[in-house]
Amino acid sequence: MIGYLFKRLGLALLVALTVSIIAYLLLHLTGDPAVALAGEGASDADIAMVRQTYGFDRPLLVQYGDWLWQIIRGDLGTSVYFKTAVAPLVFSKLETTLLLAVYSLGVALVISIPLGVLAALYKNSWIDRLCLAIAVLGQALPNFFFALILIMLFSISWRMLPVSGSGTWQHFVMPAIALGYYVAPAFMRLIRAGMIEVLGADYIRTARAKGLSPSTVIFKHALRNAIVPVVALAAVQLGFLLGGSVVIETIFALDGLGYLAYQSITFKDFPVTQIIVLLLSVIYILLTLASDIANAWLDPRIRVA
Amino acid sequence: MIMSSATNNSIAHSPKPVGSQASRRRTVWQRIQQNKALTIGCGLLLFIIVIAIFAPLFSPFDPYVQDLAYRTVPPVWFEKGTWLHPLGTDQLGRDYLSRLFYGARISLLIGISVACISGLIGTTMGMLAGYFGGRADMLVSFLVTTRLSMPVILVALATVAIIGSSLWVVILVLGLLKWDRFAVVMRSATQQVRSMEYVAAAQSAGASTFRILMTEVLPNVMPQLIVIATLEAASAILLEAALSFLGLGVQPPLPSWGLMISEAKAYMFFSFWLIAIPGTALAILIFAINLAGDGLHQLFSPDERA
Repeated sequence: MIGYLFKRLGLALLVALTVSIIAYLLLHLTGDPAVALAGEGASDADIAMVRQTYGFDRPLLVQYGDWLWQIIRGDLGTSVYFKTAVAPLVFSKLETTLLLAVYSLGVALVISIPLGVLAALYKNSWIDRLCLAIAVLGQALPNFFFALILIMLFSISWRMLPVSGSGTWQHFVMPAIALGYYVAPAFMRLIRAGMIEVLGADYIRTARAKGLSPSTVIFKHALRNAIVPVVALAAVQLGFLLGGSVVIETIFALDGLGYLAYQSITFKDFPVTQIIVLLLSVIYILLTLASDIANAWLDPRIRVA
Repeated sequence: MIMSSATNNSIAHSPKPVGSQASRRRTVWQRIQQNKALTIGCGLLLFIIVIAIFAPLFSPFDPYVQDLAYRTVPPVWFEKGTWLHPLGTDQLGRDYLSRLFYGARISLLIGISVACISGLIGTTMGMLAGYFGGRADMLVSFLVTTRLSMPVILVALATVAIIGSSLWVVILVLGLLKWDRFAVVMRSATQQVRSMEYVAAAQSAGASTFRILMTEVLPNVMPQLIVIATLEAASAILLEAALSFLGLGVQPPLPSWGLMISEAKAYMFFSFWLIAIPGTALAILIFAINLAGDGLHQLFSPDERA
């Protein structure tokens, strides 16, 4: 177990380091980051000044090392647009995005667990097909289009929910539904397939033969086993939700990391963008690390191999 | 939906003789016809492809010509609609039906090109990792893990913003980002094929590695490759729409469906159909591709029904 732990930890560190290189190089894609930062219509003198303030005139490796060292020391740089330190700016928005991701995951599970179980219990019936149709629709509907439909219904027609902002829990309802419905199909398919497999297992037949009530068999014996792979998927999807919330947060002007990322990109505030890319990647790396370690702890076969 | 027992699944390689070539072709054709997901999905997709190819023929108007006298005319099923513009006009008086038809070209172009680029990268990586194993496998696994840990939309948005947005930049950026699933699936598919006897036979016959990969491995992993390509094409189309919706994808006046939704956002309170029409078109296209992909998956792997 200790050996596995170290190996997995080393991999996570290496991945994080590679991501940091990519995040840093993003700015250098055009060849001259000073031109990109200075924006369109900047004079040569402006560009030269930007180049000097940011130290773009130094060798690339030195720049990267310097940038990374500052981040490790806790200095995330200064925002060009907001004129404040990046660290408090980014971390103040992190909570909103994490909340949204957790709510969305909740919505996805609330949709997918009952539907997945129903589809498995009534395999190949019209109920199964209906569940499949709901899943297929969720995958096909662009989530920004779905979000606009929700706004049209809940905010404009029925005046039940606020259109934008992030003050109260009501502000999270539509974004969470829009994001949650989009990731629900993946869970549904997994739960359905898992339930079908588990329901055919011997111990379910034993449980039924013992005379246990159908609900006990389904929920206590079957679902518990079918839901194990869902935990691993949840970790991956949580990472996706954190990164994928850019569009949804922008539509609802939900003041989280995604909206900040969108703002930083449109305002050419790339130091902020870099940090957000890095931060979201690191969160994803930590999530998968935690899920892998949990799995290894639960399943001895993994940590030995 | 209905699966026959005798198949010509290229991976399972059923040894049963299936009679003459003609009757074999007939069973395959029957299975295609019996596969509802495949027929409906491909039918819809074909319909959209035909519209995209012949957009100039079908379009009643030039999709770029503005007619400020006819702005936000509603579609024909509304009271104020007119058959002159069956789907109405947008905020600049451009015929919406024509823009919708031309928009299909952009979505399909994005889907196909991105799937080709990312498919080429991912398949190469996956096949090398699966065939050689060891260090190559470790390297590819590492690259896939790294790629998966980066938020696609965010990196794509930032890259497009830095390089400058255009249709080709969007295609290139998405193509360079979306190879992960190809690599993962092709790796495990190649691992399965590698242990087959015909690969060992080719090796002992002295065939070069490149030749073995191209003539022995690739044809046998093709079914999985096609299924992944459909899924990735659909996902690329959605990503382009999202990028264009945020204003960092395809640029005006091109009639990208995502861009059409974005431009109509300001008018959504009074003219929601401006959003609903391209949104529905996107959903139908993605639905068709996913359905065709599911159908192909069933066709290629009849044994593992879930």
